[in-house]
Amino acid sequence: MITLRNIHKSFGTQKVLDGLDLDIPDGKITAIIGPSGEGKSVLLKHMIGLLQPDSGAVEVDGESIIDLRRSELNRIREKYGMLFQNVALFDSMTVFENVAFPLEEKTSLSKEVIRGRVLTALEDVGLKNIENKFPDELSGGMKKRVGLARAVVLNPKIILFDEPTTGLDPIIKRAIHQLIKDTHVKFGFTAVIVSHEIPEIFDVAQNVAMLFRGKILQHGTPDEIINSDHPAIRQFISGSLDGPIQMV
Amino acid sequence: MVQALGHTTIGIVRDLGRVGWFLLYSFYMIVRRPGSLVHVLKQMRFIGTKSLFVIVLTAAFTGMVLGLQGYYTLTKFGSEGMLGTAVALSLIRELGPVLAALMVTGRAGSAITAEIGIMRITEQIDALETMALDPFKYLVTPKFIAAMISLPLLCAIFDVIGIYGGWLVGVKLLGVNPGAYFYEMENSVVWRDVYSGFLKSFSFGIIIAWIGCYKGYYAGHGAEGVSKATTESVVLTSVIILVWDYFLTSVLL
Repeated sequence: MITLRNIHKSFGTQKVLDGLDLDIPDGKITAIIGPSGEGKSVLLKHMIGLLQPDSGAVEVDGESIIDLRRSELNRIREKYGMLFQNVALFDSMTVFENVAFPLEEKTSLSKEVIRGRVLTALEDVGLKNIENKFPDELSGGMKKRVGLARAVVLNPKIILFDEPTTGLDPIIKRAIHQLIKDTHVKFGFTAVIVSHEIPEIFDVAQNVAMLFRGKILQHGTPDEIINSDHPAIRQFISGSLDGPIQMV
Repeated sequence: MVQALGHTTIGIVRDLGRVGWFLLYSFYMIVRRPGSLVHVLKQMRFIGTKSLFVIVLTAAFTGMVLGLQGYYTLTKFGSEGMLGTAVALSLIRELGPVLAALMVTGRAGSAITAEIGIMRITEQIDALETMALDPFKYLVTPKFIAAMISLPLLCAIFDVIGIYGGWLVGVKLLGVNPGAYFYEMENSVVWRDVYSGFLKSFSFGIIIAWIGCYKGYYAGHGAEGVSKATTESVVLTSVIILVWDYFLTSVLL
């Protein structure tokens, strides 16, 4: 369980999170939706300690991750995998080396076992015979899938997905969403997905939280969000230009 | 105005603290978790081996011009025989360490900043952090160790090539006695000259890795941020090398 309480975060004079409260339940897929630039990625980075709040509390399984020493924070981060918006594959490494990297650094498995696990992880995301390619030789969708393989290869308890389908065509989008669902069923991890993909995300997530003006407007099942009376949520789902969400 | 002055002062103090912490933490990590030998060797190949061509070229022409200038000056006093000493001492004590370091700064220091800066803006450093791995172990300490080993070696090569460059011009072109060139050199150059040069190179290696890694690690946003960090890295490293060289020389003399 990830718990965020009264989180405030500003960058210079710009307030991004303004007293945010959110609970991420164990073993479920929770989606965080909201307009661009509202701080969804910032919120995600608070969950893994990449950013520290100006004030407020972040707890993972009851343990605070605020102002921890690096070694203590790393102990908590062992529970996590993360798929970044731009994937963040190591560009000087091949696909195989990228996926093998966490196994080589965090386990004492033999080379043969690591090779087997890497190839299985790549097959699980529908990739074969690309292990010797470098990230810049791959398409956007393939990179996302390699990133997903790297995120799940250590069987983490929690996986954070930062806009996993942004910039992909509809078929690849659906394939990535299906992959997230399938790997979730297979490994049973807690997932947090930051996404703009309306309405597809309602089919993927079991919980949805809408972030707007630094706060969670509503957190509930996809049906509760779809049937919400809140004008900002209704506008976001319908994609209307009229409403509380303004472009500028 | 007072507020602006306060902001600037706080900013400078914060940056100085951060750059100092970066150096201390790098040494701490070198002692605690130096990284794999493969990473260090890879960096030695990049910082050392791949700088060889530019070092040999610079050393040869520096030695040759020292031979020319030295001959021109020493002839006035009838002391051409001292040419070997003049060339060797200039190179071993001063020009070898400084010019080799400046060449490596331009070739490898800039690349170190660009590499780490790109990793910063593409979230590769964040990716390491999320895997509960310390980025210093992979990105910083191997470069520190490689630079500390490579710079003295490059300096030694610079000195030898430079001395032969001076020999080529002084002995082969201008007719200085070859025996005098090397004999006077052997008589004048003492161990203290050699190790002071190596000590300088060693410290310049630390400066190159320190500033190169620091500027990349805290690079600003986008391509412009990396470009700015790279330029600042080369300029700042070169200036620190020259200033530090003065202080070190005044202590070692």
